[in-house]
Order: sequence, then C-alpha cells, then structure tokens
Amino acid sequence: MNRSFHKSQTLRFYDCSAVEVKSKFGAEFRRFSLDRQKPGKFEDFYNLVLHTHHISNTDVTIGYADVHGDLLPINNDDNFCKAVSSANPLLRVFIQKREEAEHCSFGAGSLSRRRRALALREDGPRRRAHLHIGLPRDFRPVSSIIDVDILPETHRRVRLYRHGCQKPLGFYIRDGTSVRVAPQGLEKVPGIFISRMVPGGLAESTGLLAVDDEVLEVNGIEVAGKTLDQVTDMMIANSHNLIVTVKPANQRNNVVRGGRAPGSSGRSWDSAPGRHSLPAAPAPAPLPPDDADSDDEPDVVLEGVLEPRPAPGGQARVNGAGAAHRLLSSLRADPRQGLALPLPAGAVEEHGPAVTL
Amino acid sequence: MMKFRFRRQGADPQREKLKQELFAFNKTVEHGFPNQPSALAFDPELRIMAIGTRSGAVKIYGAPGVEFTGLHRDTATVTQMHFLPGQGRLLTLLDDSSLHLWEVVHRNGCAHLEEALSLQPPSRPGFDGASGPLSLARVTVVLLLAAGDLAALGTEGSSVFFLDVPTLTLLEGQTLAPDDVLRSVPDDYRCGKALGPVESLQGHLRDPTRILIGYSRGLLVIWNRAARCADRVFLGTQQLESLCWERSGNTLVSSHSDGSYAVWSAGAGSSPTTQPTVATTPYGPFPCKAINKILWRNCASGDHFIIFSGGMPRASYGDRHCVSVLRAETLVTLDFTSRIIDFFTVHSTRPEDEFDEPQALAVLLEEELVVLDLQTPGWPAVPAPYLAPLHSSAITCSAHVANVPAKLWARIVSAGEQQSPQPASSASSWPITGGRNLAQEPSQRGLLLTGHEDGTVRFWDASGVALRPLYKLSTAGLFQTDCEHADSLAQAAEDDWPPFRKVGCFDPYSDDPRLGVQKVALCKYTAQMVVAGTAGQVLVLELSDVPSEQAVSVAGVDLLQDREGFTWKGHERLSPRTGPLPWPAGFQPRVLVQCLPPAAVTAVTLHAEWSLVAFGTSHGFGLFDYQRKSPVLARCTLHPSDSLAMEGPLSRVKSLKKSLRQSFRRIRKSRVSGKKRAANANSKLQEANAQLAEQACPHDVEMTPVQRRIEPRSADDSLSGVVRCLYFADTFLRDAAHHGPTMWAGTNSGSVFAYALEVPAAAAGGEKRAERAVEAVLGKEVQLMHRAPVVAIAVLDGRGRPLPEPYEASRDLAQAPDMQGGHAVLIASEEQFKVFTLPKVSAKTKFKLTAHEGCRVRKVALATFASVACEDYAETCLACLTNLGDVHVFSVPGLRPQVHYSCIRKEDISGIASCVFTRHGQGFYLISPSEFERFSLSARNITEPLCSLDISWPRDTTHTSHRLRESPKLSQANGTPGVVLSPGSCDGSPDPVRSKGDDTPEPPEATLSPMSIDSATSADTTLDTTGDVTVEDVKDFLGSSEESEKNLRNLAEEEAQACAVLIK
Repeated sequence: MNRSFHKSQTLRFYDCSAVEVKSKFGAEFRRFSLDRQKPGKFEDFYNLVLHTHHISNTDVTIGYADVHGDLLPINNDDNFCKAVSSANPLLRVFIQKREEAEHCSFGAGSLSRRRRALALREDGPRRRAHLHIGLPRDFRPVSSIIDVDILPETHRRVRLYRHGCQKPLGFYIRDGTSVRVAPQGLEKVPGIFISRMVPGGLAESTGLLAVDDEVLEVNGIEVAGKTLDQVTDMMIANSHNLIVTVKPANQRNNVVRGGRAPGSSGRSWDSAPGRHSLPAAPAPAPLPPDDADSDDEPDVVLEGVLEPRPAPGGQARVNGAGAAHRLLSSLRADPRQGLALPLPAGAVEEHGPAVTL
Repeated sequence: MMKFRFRRQGADPQREKLKQELFAFNKTVEHGFPNQPSALAFDPELRIMAIGTRSGAVKIYGAPGVEFTGLHRDTATVTQMHFLPGQGRLLTLLDDSSLHLWEVVHRNGCAHLEEALSLQPPSRPGFDGASGPLSLARVTVVLLLAAGDLAALGTEGSSVFFLDVPTLTLLEGQTLAPDDVLRSVPDDYRCGKALGPVESLQGHLRDPTRILIGYSRGLLVIWNRAARCADRVFLGTQQLESLCWERSGNTLVSSHSDGSYAVWSAGAGSSPTTQPTVATTPYGPFPCKAINKILWRNCASGDHFIIFSGGMPRASYGDRHCVSVLRAETLVTLDFTSRIIDFFTVHSTRPEDEFDEPQALAVLLEEELVVLDLQTPGWPAVPAPYLAPLHSSAITCSAHVANVPAKLWARIVSAGEQQSPQPASSASSWPITGGRNLAQEPSQRGLLLTGHEDGTVRFWDASGVALRPLYKLSTAGLFQTDCEHADSLAQAAEDDWPPFRKVGCFDPYSDDPRLGVQKVALCKYTAQMVVAGTAGQVLVLELSDVPSEQAVSVAGVDLLQDREGFTWKGHERLSPRTGPLPWPAGFQPRVLVQCLPPAAVTAVTLHAEWSLVAFGTSHGFGLFDYQRKSPVLARCTLHPSDSLAMEGPLSRVKSLKKSLRQSFRRIRKSRVSGKKRAANANSKLQEANAQLAEQACPHDVEMTPVQRRIEPRSADDSLSGVVRCLYFADTFLRDAAHHGPTMWAGTNSGSVFAYALEVPAAAAGGEKRAERAVEAVLGKEVQLMHRAPVVAIAVLDGRGRPLPEPYEASRDLAQAPDMQGGHAVLIASEEQFKVFTLPKVSAKTKFKLTAHEGCRVRKVALATFASVACEDYAETCLACLTNLGDVHVFSVPGLRPQVHYSCIRKEDISGIASCVFTRHGQGFYLISPSEFERFSLSARNITEPLCSLDISWPRDTTHTSHRLRESPKLSQANGTPGVVLSPGSCDGSPDPVRSKGDDTPEPPEATLSPMSIDSATSADTTLDTTGDVTVEDVKDFLGSSEESEKNLRNLAEEEAQACAVLIK
C-alpha cells in the first residue's frame, strides 16, 4: 500500500504520463497509477482492482467521477480509456458490489443523487418498483446520433456499431433525385437514398434510418458526385464503424437542440466543430479518444495464428497438414486468451499484473 | 484535430515541383490491329498506308515506328479514304457523308496528323436548289484527279460532283447530272429507268481529263471533262460492283453482282458497245456471290494479274472470305478467316512506266492485315512488322518483362526465326516503308507476353512504338485434345477446286477451352518460365536453342487436402501425352504440375534461384520444387460453406438462371399487361398468368430502381478462398536477426499466409540442393479485418525499396537490397494499402482508398519513376488502377497519394481487367480485343511515335491556322483524355526537357530524397500501432527454443509497453 503510493508519487513527478488513481471500495481507499497514453485493457484493470482491494468471489461494478462530477461506468475498453485520458489529475474510481449497484444508476448528477438516494433508502415504500434495466455492460451500443450540435437540424448523423457478425446491417441504397434550393430557385440534383430496410436488421432496429432518407455523407466524406456503386463500396469499406449523415425523409422527429443533459452523450460534445464540412480526408473524421479505438477497428489487421502454439524448441510442421480452418472471430471472442499469453511468469506480483517500465 | 488540417493542405511547393518532374500522364501509342477497320488507302509515292475504323479513327502507317493517329470528332464509320499522292494529306469520307481533309504537319521536328478542313454537305437537298438527283447527301465513291487538287464525288442519285480539295469547296456548275450522260445512250437502253447510284469512278493515269464512270445498273461511260461529253459508252446490263481501268486505257474490267467479271475493249470506235470481249463467271456455273472489287495489273512479261474479292459459289462456299489471284493459268483462292474490307496492290504508278509490275498485294481484313509478295513464286505472305493481330486467339492474360538481357533477347528472337523461317528476300520486302522513325533506339528491351485462349503464349517486342511478334509458344502439344482427328479429316475431305489456300493467323476458335493460359511468369535471367492454365495445369518451361525429344514429368497436387464433402463438378483435368515428345527449339516443357481439383490457376509465381514455383486456384495454393520434381506444400484455403468454388465454373450458370428467370418474368409481365391484349379465347388464361406473375414478384421489387445492398463481406462469402497473389521474398519472417526465403499468399477474403522456407541451396552449397527437400513452415497468418481480396504483396527493404527479382542482385543488375533489417511488407487489398513491419507484423502506414474515394483497387504495381530534371534521381511508387478506370500513384512506404489521372472509361471493364503496368511507370490495356493502348505515368519514360514524313506540296501558310486539335494523342479512339501536367514534357522530345532541367537550380539532395520528404510530413501518417494491431494477436511459432524464449520475452516487454498497466 505504502509502497505503491510512494511509487506513484515519484512517478507522477518524473513522468507526467502517469495517471494517479484513487480507488474506493466501501470505506477503503487504494491508490495506484496507470499510463495515460496506454491505459491497456479493461479486463486487466478489472483484475487489478479486484486484486488491490482483495475482493474475491463477488462481482463488482466500477465507476468513476468525470470532470462534471457525474458517476460514469467503467465496463469496457472504450470507457476505461476515456476515464483514464480525461482524469484531471486524479482518477476517482468507485467500486460497488454488483448487487448493491443494481439500485443506483450511472449518469448525470448520479453522484449527488446517490447520496440522497442512500439517505432515503429507509422509506422504501416511496420507491416505485420500476422496470429492471440491466447495467450498460450487459449491452453493446447499437447506434447513436452524433454531432447534433454541429449539424443543421434537418440532418442527422447516425453511427451504427456493428459488433460481431450476428446481425446484418440491413439496408439498401438507390439512386434518386433530391430537390435543393439554389439561387435560381429549386433545382434537382442526383442523390443517394435509402431504398429498403431489411426487417430485423441493425439499421431498422435503431429506428434512426428510414426508407427514402437521403444519404449526404459516409464517414465524413460527402457522397455528392459519387455513383451508387462508389457509395456502396464506401459504406461497405466502413461497415465496421459506419457513420452516415442523412437528411431524414421524415423531418418531424428531429433532435431539438439544447435539450440534452450534459454528459449523456460524451461523443457529441467531444467531437470538433466543423468536422462535417471537411473535404475528403485521408483518414476518417477525427473522433474523440474513446471512439478512436473502435473507429480503427474495421481496419485492424487481426493477426491470427490458427495453429496451436508449438512447444518451445520444436517447430510447427504444417505443410500439408490440412490445418483446420478456424474462424478468427472465435479468437476475438475471448480476449483473455490472447492477453494471458504474453505475460511472463513471475510478473504477477502483489499488486497485480504490473510490469515496471 | 489540427494535424488533420495540416495534412490535408499539404501543398509543399517543393514536393509539387518534384511531382511534376516525376509524373505525367500520356496515352502514347496504340499497339496491335485497329478494331473494326472499315477503309483502306495507300499512297504509292510516300509508301504509307491508312486504315480507317468504324469509330472514326484514322491511322497512318509507314516504316516500322512511323505511325500517325487521328480521330474524327463524330463517331462515324470511315467509309473511304484517299491519299493526295505525295502530299501527306488524306481525304476521308464518313458514313454521315461528311468529308474531312487530314494532313501530316511537322512540329518540333516531329510529324503529327491533324484535321485541316471538313465539309458537311447541306442537309437540305441540293446546293443549287435542285431536287433529288442533284443532292450530295449520299456520296458513294470518291476519285481524286489532277494530282489531288480536284475530287470527283459519285452519289447515290447518279450524279458526279466536283470538289476543290485544298479548300474543300464544291465546284458548282461542273456537276455531271445523269441527264448529261443519258443523252449519249440509245433510247432502248434508257427505257425510262434510272441509272442507279454511281458505283465506281476511275481516273486515267496518263490522261487526267478522262474519267470512267460506272453506274449500278451496268452502264459504263468514259467521260471527257474537258469536252464535257461522253467519249465511249458501254451498255452493260449486269448490276455493277466494281471497275478497273487497265494501265494503257485500252481495256476495262467490270465485276458484277452475279459473280462474273467482264472485260471491255476501250479501243477505237465511238458507237455504244453492247457486248464485252470476255465475260466469265470464275466459280460458276452454279450461282455465285458478287465480286465486290476487281483489279487488273499488267506485267512486263506480257501477262496480267486479275485480283478480285468474292465471287464464290453461293451454296458451297458462300460463307468463305476469299480473294482470288489469277495470273495466266495460275489461280489461287486466298481463304481468309475474317471479312475482307479492302485490298490494294503495290505497283508502279509513274505514268511513264508501261507496266504495273505489282510487287505486293495487301488485303485488309476485319481482324488482320495480310501482305503477299507477288514477285516471289508461290506468293508467300510477308510477315508484318506491326499491326499484329494480338487477338488471333483471344487474349486471356498478359505480363510485361522489362530490361530483358540481350542474351535472352537474342535467344528468343532466334527461336522465333526458326519457328517461322523467312526467305531472305521477303525479309526486306515489306512494301510500306514511308516516313522516318526519329525515336531513339530504346534504351532497354521490353517484352510483352500475352497468354491466349488456345494455350499459346506470344512474345512481343514492346520496346518501341511498333509491337513486333517475336516468338509463339504453344502448350497444346503436351495434351491430348478431342479435336485433332476431326481436323485432319476435314483437311482430307476438301476438294481441289477452288484452289483454297489458308492465309492469315486470326483463328478465334479454340480447340479446348481448358488449354487457355491464365497466368504467365518468366525469369529473364535463367530463361525459365511458368505457364498456368484453365484446367489447373502449371507448366515449367526452359528455353533451349536446339530441338529435343523428351518426356515431361507430370505431378499432381491435391489442393483440397482431404477436405471432405466436396465434389468438383467442373471440367476434367487435361490428360497429358505420355512418352518422349518432340519439342522444337524455344521454350520446352520440363515439368507439368496438375492441380486437383482442376480449377483455373489464379496466381502463379516463380523463383528460379530456389527452383520453386508457387501456384494458386480457387481452392488453395501449392509449392513445387521443380528441381527435385517434388511437391513441397499444399494448403487448402477453401471456406467450408463455399459451395460455388467447388462446383466449378459451369455451375455459375445456375445462379444466373435465377436472375434470368426473374428478368424473363418481368418482360413477360410487361408484355402481358400491355394494351395489346387480344380478346380471344386465350385472354382469360393470359390474365391469370399475368396475375400469377404479379404475385410472384413482390411489388416493391418491381418498383424500385437499381439498388445496392449494404452488407460487409462475411467469412463465408462464395469464392473467398480464391488465391489472388503469391510472392517469394528473402526477408525477416522468423526474427529480426535472420532473413531467409519466404513465400506469401493472399486470398479473396483478405487472408495472408506467410511461410518460412528452408531451401537447402540457400543455406549450404548448391550441390546439396538435389539431396535435401525444401521445407515450408507456416510463419504468420494475417486476416485483414475488412476481408477485401488481397491484390498484391511485396516486401520492402530497410530503405523502403522493393526487393529485387531473383538473381538481379547477385548478378549486379540491381542494387543489393538492404538486408540490415527493418523490412516491411506492403499488402494491397482491393480496398486499402497497408505497410506492416517485419518480422513482428504491425501496421506502419496505410491508405484506405475505398473508404475515401469509393473506388476499388483492380491492379497495382510497384514502379520506378525517374525524374526528367535530374538524371539519377528516381522514386519507387505504387501505381494503382481502380475500378473507375483511374490511375493513382502513391509514395512507398509512406502510402501518400501523389497524383491521379483518369485513364480508362469505367464502363470498359475488359480494358480495366487487362491493364498491366511496367516497372518503369508505363502500362498497357486493351482498348479493343485487338489493340493495346500504351500509357505512361512517368514524365521521363515515354514511348511514343516520333517520326517524320518527307512531304512535298505547296505549303499554304493559311492552313496552319486551321489546326483543330492540340495534340493527336489527347483524344483516343477508346479512352478518356488525360490531364497533362507539364506541357513541356508531354511533347516527349527529350532535348528541351533536359535543357530545362539544367536551367533550374537543383534542389539540395536532402530535400529530394523520398525518405526525407516523407519524414518531413508523414509524422501524422504513422499510425498508432496499439489501436491498429493488437500485439497479442501476433503469434510466432518459428524459431528454436532459446529463440522462441527470447521472442517471448520480447513480446512480453512489448506487450507491457502497449498495455502499459503500471503498478508501482
């Protein structure tokens, strides 16, 4: 305990890339540090937290206080990365047992509300039995409306998250003509439209895209002047993290500006203004740090090795062996498998799988 | 945020200047035979020939290397062309009845073909207000008179108009109306019938005032222009096709639609002649087809040539394309494989000569040009130095070999000469010799290889403007095909009459589609090559200067590797002939490897230094040691659920069937629901059918226009296992300290397999090679997340340059690669380019082409671009052709876009598919089945026609102001005009460019080096590797025990750095 505190102090002194973490579980505090640039994986962090607090045999949820004082969850790589990178200067982490955590929710003002809620817990009858909603870690984001503040209200920028291959993206596009207001009056210009939704597909399930919506941009690149085939190829090339800007055919459900609670969508106010107007860029429009990882995911070259790792000393002889063609996605499904391997024996010390720089 | 801004602006003026010195886009020359020729002309004075096409292109050819190209603005068929003799000017008639005057003008010392004038006849009938007959609307024939100053135009309305050629204006008042002619015709011949269109106009060589006019109805008139009266009238009654006036003017010959020709005597006498002196039907007595054109040429020996096309017996040989050559008693029926467009003889045209003395006969066919030497007995064909019919069998693949060593070149040339022995006399007898080729002797020899459907590989000299055939390799002799016996039977059954003689090499019929050549690779240092075909055959051949008789060793490689549950439903594999076979000098097969199942080979590569050949099909890939003649490796890449690949090419029809059925249903439905529904007994049935059809097709599918499904590729897409590229490299795969032979394979689904090879020769002395087997160990397997097909793989050395070809470095022909480490592998998929470090595969740089441009990669190549300004400065770049027909150039290894040009129309799918890049920044693509367009991306390395023509005509300065186009090469018959960056360099004349380069102060060397330019601006392109490649996914199973332990330790450290979970 003391040692780690001491070390983190010196580290902060020498290396400003380290982030000091103050972790609270019940009444106990622990302090340790993380690398701001390379925070690592959530799984590691979770195990580290369990290890430092000597928690065993129980599931916990981890939350942190962001700059606005909201209690936000840490339950995947994205928000873990976000938490570490936004820590200023200290990252306050709150740990709760899973069953306790069921009762409170993360979100805006949740920190202060929680105190109140805890205080009010005695008068139970006042609490309405509400619909049980699981924790965010039980879900994956499916879609989001982003950049609401920088887009015209008539437009909508929708991000589709395609995790795994279970669900098809599920929409079709077609050529069409759209009417624009020009100095000479109305003029017809060719445009790309959503022509069909596949029932049960990702696009339909979000409810954010509809038939006859005009597609204006794909991942920050305007589609004006591009053919249907080009736009198709662009969308497929970006399909792992597809961001389409549409002009909805139905303009009645547009997002009203200023009605958002702060912190409810970290993405939109993190993204830079003016981004949508940038011309075709060599890289997709910049995304906030927590998105960066998933944005690059489609292009990640997963280097898979399909054969079992050979014992040291012996070379794998595979010529003509007819190696079973296993899907890489099965490898992906269990990240721990990949993680556990490279750690040298003996690296796990008292304070978790730490490796000194 | 800011870095993106900076990157996009990126207009570094120094770099922009350098780019202009390195890159320029030019379409330089069209190789091969013009597609769909429609007209032919020959200038006997300049000895140049012109070919017009149905797309309105005009091409003039002289001596090899002398070429001019022009394109009419309207895409109309060129129906007639006439040279103004000796003037380098050409009058063309299009099928829209417009006349165009082209001229060869000299600029910058080089000649170009330019359109000078054009005349569009007035659309309303008659310029003189007269009605029908006097209309110029339909010109049928053109005759140039008075050394080309005057032209006579025969029309459909039986009139003859006269035209002043230098100004292209009609001479009014000189028009010869049919009434003028009919006055000298007896009444009983007139009998109220029209004369019909003017079919032929012939001038007299010695008497320019007399014109021979032939009308369709059969009337022939010798018209005296000076006296404006008919000198002689011949009352032919048979429908006229063509006319020829004998040199002396005493004899006429006319050919007719019934397959007969008639000889008329035009000697003394003034009364209308009614009967010809001779009338024969050469292929009678049964009904014959028309004789379309006839020529009469006399010889000093007293006899004469009669050369005519057509006239074959309608029933038995009506489908043949024949030209008959008759001299005295000798008749030869030249039997061509394609339609005859036109023909001419090369003969004396000086008026003072008494005899024609024809030297050669040139026949333009739809698919080739054949020239016969008429002075050598037997009239042998003269091999053409250009205008080669590339498509004599359909081209199935092509490859370019640059910098061919002189020794190999000489051996290939001599093999080609032994193949088609040419008499010494006819070697020099190519009759079309006009103009001078000013282009310098090519600095290096380039070889273009084309693989064909009939199993041949043709070797072309692609060093210069004229694409010259060198050698033809046929692989069909190794296999047993069904068609051989049938062929010999047909030969025997043929009659002696007519005396057919097969001429020409255009033969679009393939004996067996399985023979088709799919991939070709040639090692230019060892003269070994690989030819891979449609039925999974991989042939290793070696060049031998002497004929030999030997057996070819055959091996089979099972690429399915005991994968169960699949049955191949495609074609059978070819059965090779057994036993020793005779092989002529040239490339002789050594080893035949047959893939199982016998699917078409999709990728092949050869490493002569290691004696290894790698090949891939839609099922997997294999590695074969052709020295020991033993397979090394076979790997199945097939996805378990991919049924399409298994069933072979035939079953594609099945999936097509469904869509066909749908479209038929749609057609039927629209027909049925039309208003023409008859109220007959069937109407009820029809209505019911219509309703059924409506129910079958969902309404929205019918209504929506073309739509595209947005769905990422999944692992089990069909044909995902197709092996797209194979590559050998000596690089670092096991660890960063030791390099060694490796083999790389990329598939359609974005998988890359890297094998470490144990080649005994590479390790120990060469004598060990035969004793020990080559071993292959899977080193890395990379799955590109976007699953796009892998188009190309290349390893870059420590300096970012591609590794040289086998033997290149060891023979001091290329700079030795930097083997100090720091190698990287460039993987180009259809969607993006990526450079990964080696041996730890992590992404260094990338460019996502499809995500940004919406286009897909079709062809890529690494090419060296030399600077025009600086003699020894060159950069290696990645040239890429997209599915939109654009060419992009990227820096390597920075992968930063440099320039892009639109090159091919995006609809021209076969053109895009046929594109092949050279190693020095040029490229070829097919603009028609028979023509390669050559283009250049390099500002320095340009191969274009530079020639001059000695023309003599009173040059009027006013003509120069008529220039209609800037450069003839900016408008291609089949391409998109290119954007020329620097007009100075696009001229291609090296001297001004070089002097320009000397004037400009040379930038310091540091700024010129590609690395420093990249490092100056590319900091932001270096991707953060943690986000791109997760280190834990790389597993290395190579290396010895301590090696792997060390690797493990290294990996652990790297892992720690990447993960960076620090607990202190």
